[in-house]
Amino acid sequence: MKTTDYTAVQLSAKIRAGEIRVLEAVEAALAEIEAKEKTVHSFVTVDAEGARREAARVQAGIDAGTLTGPLAGVPIAVKDNICTEGLKTTCSSKILYNFVPPYDAGAVTRLREAGMVILGKTNMDEFAMGSTTETSAFGVTRNPWNTEHVPGGSSGGSCAAVAAGEAVCALGSDTGGSIRQPSSFCGVTGMKPTYGTISRYGLIAYGSSLDQIGPIARDVTDCAALLTMLAAHDERDSTSIAREDTDFTTALVDDVQGMRIGIPRGYFGEGLDPEVKSAIRTAAHVLEEKGAILEEFDLGLVEYAIPAYYVIASAEASSNLARFDGVKYGYRTEQYEGLHNMYKKTRSEGFGPEVKRRIMLGSFVLSSGYYDAYYLKALRTKALIKQEFDRAFSRYDMILAPAAPTTAPRLGESLQNPLQMYLGDIYTISVNLAGLPGISVPCGMDSRGLPIGMQLIGDCFQEKKLIQAAYSYEQSREPLPYPAAGRSKGE
Amino acid sequence: MREYETVIGLEVHVELATKTKIFCSCSTAFGGAPNTHTCPVCTGMPGSLPVLNRKVVEYAVAVGLATNCEITRSGKFDRKNYFYPDNPQNYQISQLYLPICRNGHVDIETENGPKSIGIHEIHMEEDAGKLIHDEWLDCSLVDFNRSGVPLIEIVSEPDMRSAEEVIAYLETLRLRIQYLGASDCKLQEGSMRADVNLSVREVGSEKLGTRTEMKNLNSFKAIARAIEGERNRQIDLLEAGEAVIQETRRWDDAGGYSYAMRSKEDAQDYRYFPEPDLVPVVIDDAWLEKIRAAQPEFREAKMVRYKEEYDIPEYDIGILTESKRMADLFEAVIALGKKPKEVSNWLMVDTMRLLKENNQTPEELAFSPEHLAGLITLMEEGKINRGTAREVFEEIFYHDTDPVAYVEEKGLGMVSDDGALRSVIEEIVAKNPQSVADYRGGKKKAAGFLVGQTMKAMKGQADPAKVNAILKELLEG
Repeated sequence: MKTTDYTAVQLSAKIRAGEIRVLEAVEAALAEIEAKEKTVHSFVTVDAEGARREAARVQAGIDAGTLTGPLAGVPIAVKDNICTEGLKTTCSSKILYNFVPPYDAGAVTRLREAGMVILGKTNMDEFAMGSTTETSAFGVTRNPWNTEHVPGGSSGGSCAAVAAGEAVCALGSDTGGSIRQPSSFCGVTGMKPTYGTISRYGLIAYGSSLDQIGPIARDVTDCAALLTMLAAHDERDSTSIAREDTDFTTALVDDVQGMRIGIPRGYFGEGLDPEVKSAIRTAAHVLEEKGAILEEFDLGLVEYAIPAYYVIASAEASSNLARFDGVKYGYRTEQYEGLHNMYKKTRSEGFGPEVKRRIMLGSFVLSSGYYDAYYLKALRTKALIKQEFDRAFSRYDMILAPAAPTTAPRLGESLQNPLQMYLGDIYTISVNLAGLPGISVPCGMDSRGLPIGMQLIGDCFQEKKLIQAAYSYEQSREPLPYPAAGRSKGE
Repeated sequence: MREYETVIGLEVHVELATKTKIFCSCSTAFGGAPNTHTCPVCTGMPGSLPVLNRKVVEYAVAVGLATNCEITRSGKFDRKNYFYPDNPQNYQISQLYLPICRNGHVDIETENGPKSIGIHEIHMEEDAGKLIHDEWLDCSLVDFNRSGVPLIEIVSEPDMRSAEEVIAYLETLRLRIQYLGASDCKLQEGSMRADVNLSVREVGSEKLGTRTEMKNLNSFKAIARAIEGERNRQIDLLEAGEAVIQETRRWDDAGGYSYAMRSKEDAQDYRYFPEPDLVPVVIDDAWLEKIRAAQPEFREAKMVRYKEEYDIPEYDIGILTESKRMADLFEAVIALGKKPKEVSNWLMVDTMRLLKENNQTPEELAFSPEHLAGLITLMEEGKINRGTAREVFEEIFYHDTDPVAYVEEKGLGMVSDDGALRSVIEEIVAKNPQSVADYRGGKKKAAGFLVGQTMKAMKGQADPAKVNAILKELLEG
């Protein structure tokens, strides 16, 4: 097997056993990046020198016996909206094209402490606004399975990097499906934990009340190991929760006997691609065969999730992105007359069209006279959606759904019709509104050879149930092929 | 001309005396080099998040309790969105929808008698940074040291009718807040800032007139002048048949006039919404009771008690209780066994004189009660006389010097060695035969000259009673 063929947990075991040097793992990843970036373009910034330096530090820690964790020595890619000290963090936006944070995000501190090595920063939709990674100011990322297609988004760079074998695993962020949807499109496993599980400190905010960092990896085992490493209370994030029992690897058990799984009837209606529908049905059947109890049910308010989400997320974004004004850091327009003109030109030139659209939408819904009709109503809808889920979880251990209604669209198709693109978030968005955990697991391919993901949604703090079910499914899943532009098959 | 009534409401910003900022652990200390008391949070760096300083909540609740407010048990912060370079996030974290305190009042006393002034609400918020214009480089620079310093805004009801009431209200607030230790409340230095909302209406009218908001009021005198000026301006407009425009005006105290800053039409839409980065501020019973239990005895209660417990004039009581620091000192020295009248004299006379000379406020008093008590003891024991004591007090005032050690070190103690004193007096008697003859001839006043000569020779460090006794013995014996 090639070094880049191992999963994160396997690779770390080899490294800690002295069979592979950290630097070898890093060099192997860098070689894949070198080979694939021209076609896939997963990264905004590749930090080869930093990674080699870190490899030495981590190797020394492993040799000295101070770094003993299950992920020590593993190279990882980090989405470019998660701050890394001394390493450019752009949110794939011109307005932060030169921003070098003087601090690490809470999640980055965790992975450094675990002995992981950051390879670079992955491409994304600008400020995580988009579902295709096409709104990046630094060029599109292509789907490793078919480079004419998008990788999904907004964590498209992270998912493509993992699918292409450039990184064994990655960090993404999920505000409305930004981990689960590209994971589905790229045939990787991605997880959005319960809101508050992973520190948001240093995650450049899009929709603060919805944003959550999460792991992206090749399998459920790696996701569980990464989540175990990342889940920690951080006193710098007031919304961070001090959770008990954060060893999620104990849930890696091949057993779904008696698990009650609800399937929302409304999720399988109009708009769902028949091939996706069929793959999800097949996956559900696998779980049923293994002893899970499946039941269809009506999840209410499904149609209100998308409008509520776009109101709340845009409102928060309009305020969160106000700080990018050319005064303190980032891009400032070349020529201006006076303060107001500087603000206006800087922001007009620095933000892309999708970001501007959401800032305008968000400013509008918060405006005096519209606040009650839009923002407040959206908040009420959010609370009602949470109640719908509470009702469902009183009967089911989890909900099974597609991660997206289609497989990855072709490049350039989605941005022509943003409303259509927003509708693609239908299965993921309500999970963020309710603060729930969700995982996307590959469950097949469509006839064009593009991956399909199954999504499992759990009640708050029930990641273990999701991990157990996803892991069980994975054990019985048909083997998946390798992507065309992905990692070459091991010998 | 018709008769008009002035209707005034106040928005008072008070900078809280916490050691660290409201949402990060940066120091609130004054005087640091620009941008030295800053971090990613208070400079609005991407990805940084606010964490509420609990002490801010405690101070805000304490002020709310001291002003008879209802305390919001589960409150929230909101974002107020506006672009300005001193505001690094381009939003200020403040409270709109669920402020921490509501529906309070304070009682004031003016020449027209007592009156209750309603408090609409008190909310917590963060201060902004400071813009500094560099004339040489012709550019503006931002100093974020003040960014994130905690403030409370106390919004009154439009219950005041005159400058006198406004000043009385502000004085009452200032004293209550200073007594709580929640702020030093210095108008000149900006730790207390008052914006005046003023309208006029015809006497007897129930309907409020159109109000203006006056900013930049840096002293009680400026506030009084601004109220007078704005009242007259509005009356002139109405008398001339014109309308008052709802606007924010800036008072120029030197010029004695105000000018419009922005009208209601250009008023910004702040697009307030709940701050998603902070969790609700929940004040449980135990916490509220802890804050309530820590409320000090306020001035009004102290004045009553002083009158009952200490036999000192009401005027003195007024001065002593005007500052908590002063009142605390007074009580601490008395607790060390000193007579209230004597302690009061030291504070009322020498202390106030030195404060005035040094342009200081009583809050800045730094000497310890033990040292003033020690000084009084030295006098009581006849070890120093009052003249020496006043000199020593200056040392105590400036350097918090231990009077006992100081008197000893400097040899200021009165000579109590009778033998040494006797020989000095004998010498003076011998040198002044004329005075001795006058005394013995019945001019008893001549003794005064001899006492004076003795004190001069002793450099003031003799017990006058002893000098008199020895002299009498020598002259009459």
